[in-house]
Amino acid sequence: MKFLRRFFIRLSNFTTGRRADQRLREEMAEHIALQTEENLRAGMSPVEARRQAALKLGAAQAIRERHNAEQGLPLAENFLLDLRYAFRMLHRSPGFALIAIATMALGVGATTAIYSVIDATLLHSLPYPNPSELVRIEANLPGVGAHDVGLSIPELRDLQNSGIFQYASAYFFGSANLTGSSQPARIALKPVTPNYFAMLGVDAELGRAFDPHDATPGFNLEVVISDGLWKRAFAADPHILGKNLRLDNDVYHVVGVMPANFRDQGQNSEERSTEVWAAAGFFGDPAPPPMRSTRLPVSTIARLQPGLSPEAAQGHLDALVASLKKQYPADYPPQAAWTIHITPLAETLVGNVRQSLILLFGAVGLVLLISCVNVANLLLARASARGREMAVRQALGAQRPRLIRQLLTESVLLFVLGGITGFAVLFCARKFLLQLVPESLPRLNDISISWGVLAFAIVVSVVAGTIFGLAPAWLMSRLDLTSTLRQEGRGSNGSRQRSRLRHVLVIGELALSLVLMIAAGLLLRSFWDLFKVQLGFNPSRIMAIETWLPIPNDPKTDIYRTATQESVMLREVLRRNRTIPGVEETAVSDRAALPLGHGQNDINMFPLIREGQDLESSQPPLIDTSIVSPEYFHLLGMTLLRGRLFVDQDLEATPSIAIINQAAARTYWPSQDPLGKRVRLDRVQPNWTTIVGVIADARTESLADAGIPQVYFDIYQRPAKDLAFFLRGQVDPTAISAQVRTQIQSVDAELPVFHAETLDDVLSSSLSVRRFSMEMVALFAATALLLAGLGIYGTISFVVNEQSREIAIRLALGAQRRNILKMVLRQGLTLAAAGAGVGLVGALIVSHLMAGLLYGVSPYDLLTFAGVTIVLTAVAIAASYIPAVRAMRLDPITTLHSE
Amino acid sequence: MKEKPDVLQGTLALMVLKTLDVLGPQHGYGIARRIEQISGDILALNQGTLYPLLLKLEHEGSIVSRSGASENNRRARFYRLTSAGRRQLQAETRDWKQTAAIIARFFDVKAEDLP
Repeated sequence: MKFLRRFFIRLSNFTTGRRADQRLREEMAEHIALQTEENLRAGMSPVEARRQAALKLGAAQAIRERHNAEQGLPLAENFLLDLRYAFRMLHRSPGFALIAIATMALGVGATTAIYSVIDATLLHSLPYPNPSELVRIEANLPGVGAHDVGLSIPELRDLQNSGIFQYASAYFFGSANLTGSSQPARIALKPVTPNYFAMLGVDAELGRAFDPHDATPGFNLEVVISDGLWKRAFAADPHILGKNLRLDNDVYHVVGVMPANFRDQGQNSEERSTEVWAAAGFFGDPAPPPMRSTRLPVSTIARLQPGLSPEAAQGHLDALVASLKKQYPADYPPQAAWTIHITPLAETLVGNVRQSLILLFGAVGLVLLISCVNVANLLLARASARGREMAVRQALGAQRPRLIRQLLTESVLLFVLGGITGFAVLFCARKFLLQLVPESLPRLNDISISWGVLAFAIVVSVVAGTIFGLAPAWLMSRLDLTSTLRQEGRGSNGSRQRSRLRHVLVIGELALSLVLMIAAGLLLRSFWDLFKVQLGFNPSRIMAIETWLPIPNDPKTDIYRTATQESVMLREVLRRNRTIPGVEETAVSDRAALPLGHGQNDINMFPLIREGQDLESSQPPLIDTSIVSPEYFHLLGMTLLRGRLFVDQDLEATPSIAIINQAAARTYWPSQDPLGKRVRLDRVQPNWTTIVGVIADARTESLADAGIPQVYFDIYQRPAKDLAFFLRGQVDPTAISAQVRTQIQSVDAELPVFHAETLDDVLSSSLSVRRFSMEMVALFAATALLLAGLGIYGTISFVVNEQSREIAIRLALGAQRRNILKMVLRQGLTLAAAGAGVGLVGALIVSHLMAGLLYGVSPYDLLTFAGVTIVLTAVAIAASYIPAVRAMRLDPITTLHSE
Repeated sequence: MKEKPDVLQGTLALMVLKTLDVLGPQHGYGIARRIEQISGDILALNQGTLYPLLLKLEHEGSIVSRSGASENNRRARFYRLTSAGRRQLQAETRDWKQTAAIIARFFDVKAEDLP
């Protein structure tokens, strides 16, 4: 305690700059005066009395120093002195300072940029109170290979009442037609159980969120809207509460507006920008009756009881599952092996982006490392120039720790200045840089250059400055005094160690940049392979535009209830679309049939039940299902292999038919003819569908995977609500959206028309995350190569400088200039070979780790490895060539004279 | 930068506290005189070292200082023991006596006394 008190007083004295010097001087003067009087009384002469008094007091300067040391914080004061000195040193060699600061600005700036992305996406993915309590709940049937099968309402109630969770909340993610305001719009809508916002721990900004104890079976006709929708569709009306909103022809009233900074949680950016939340109990219309066996395809997230770890909660859940199985054996057959699994919500949200971001962070970390090594190298080069200064200071009594501290202050200052410069550049260029980030990145809107990011930049700079300043400072301060002072370092012990360390640093740099370049090369090749892949369909000159038909809560009010009702509208829109100038062909499909375009959690996976399959013993596999009009296959250029396509004569009244792709035929009817086989997608309804055709595989689901089984149904037999109209031809992409809207709305004025995109754009944006990480890694690799080139250039120039005397003597003795050139180049090549050797080992490890990000190229691709090594060697030779030529052109006479 | 622990330094602090306890508020010179009188020549030289020590004790809260007028009406700084300082003095006196007693007993022991 006493120590602390003393420390704080000293700290405050130090910061306020208060000095008790005056007080001490007065006290000492007083002391001497009193002692002098005393001495006078004892009979001394006045001069002697004063002298004795001063002697008795002791050395005044030493006392003042100790007093001062007691008063303030000597460590901090010395630091300020060092800092001032460091600034002066940097000022004296501005070229060196500029290069070092620019290098560090590059390294720290790039690292900070990637960190800010990671900060927003991985570290702060859940902007809600106590985010670690939030978990995603998944029910699985591992016994039959079914994953995330959803929950039934009784199961959800069991979870809610289990005592494990504060709230367990289920929701769908979808969208709805917002009508009644100016232009019909499709908006992201989330029907949620009423405890959803209570579970997230967020309340409305205006009005209220849902009452978590609301027990309405179906929709309670209340909605909460987002701040964005409030401002866009309602002009930020302050009297919005209680006003009506028409969603899919049903009337809801607004009870709350969420805060402007609220972002919903979700798997993709569409879900995170949900604009309307509607509360529903999911056990009345339009949901089926709440049977235990009726699993709803809902997502479920929950908030754990405070203090309960996910592991402990999983233990409780396992016990709950076991007791439910005992209680309801009919609903949970043992062979299905029903389980419930929880995962921290934060882990489930970033998914596949995580890998790309970690790769980027690794790449940028290497760039940072290379910049640090480069600056350390520069510091070492300066060490030889400052050997004399260090020797003089040591001769004058400076201790080694003191010298090291001062040198460290210099290097940390350099690194921090670099870091701050990098941060400043990043801050100024943030608008431009954010445009480079692909839109599919989660939480893109939340990326910001904040105080936390600044703190990160400074901490990184200080840590790097300490680590990479330590070795040069250590070596610099270790001098043989006499020899250094006598002959300025030539051949002295310290300089040999320094040059060895410099070689190690350059080898490290070369190795690191080789690793980065190989990573970039492999990514480039995967990207190229994906880009050049045989699509199996032709996306050129095709435009897709979406519209959705409303799904009112009461099915009886639906004007598009049957396929026949819907087909009248579809055929009329298709006919009208064909009249648009430039349009050659048109088709319509559901959203699932949009090549590469639809979101990942569209509900388009259905269990494929084959005729004759025993449902008791095996779970039907889930298959990608699309609903298309007969023209779809021709429009997209997909080839029919066997059987027939849909024709206009296939109607609701005629037998139900389907087309599968080759992958489905291969997977489900191996060594059989699938034509004429019957399937259904629904366990309950006994309507069988006959397979009439097999088409060639196309990469409509995933560019990376050609063999995903698909089944297609005829839209005139099986109506779809989520529609995409296709147009092929020479159309004006800027005008087409409005033209199609006019045509669709002249058939039904209430339909929203949105999301007009050419398939070429869809294709390129489906590659955007890959392209982003490839471009970034390539950029970092180029930077690394540049830095490594500079490093090797600096080192070889330095070596030539040091050896200039030796070279001059050799030349004077008649050495061939060509041999001198070779000698220097050989040194550069040795470094490059060592660097490449180490780097290849590192690259093998790294490429193995990033195998998951590669497509169509082996992680040990010989071509990439060899090509990159050749490039690196070429750069190393080019960088050593300039100093080598300088060495070759050395004039022996002037060189030997100047020494 | 670490200063060597100095036995005299520790005892000097104790002497200062004891002096203030016995004599009441004193200025630096008075404390130095008193210590010199009692301890003889040990502290005859380098009396100035007293001042950094006084500052340290003040920072630690054992004493407080205020400026006032000395006997011959000069401005001087007077040091006074605080209650915390008094408690510290008592505790250290006890420790010191204990240590001294133990050491004394060790010195008194002769070989034949040992069992």
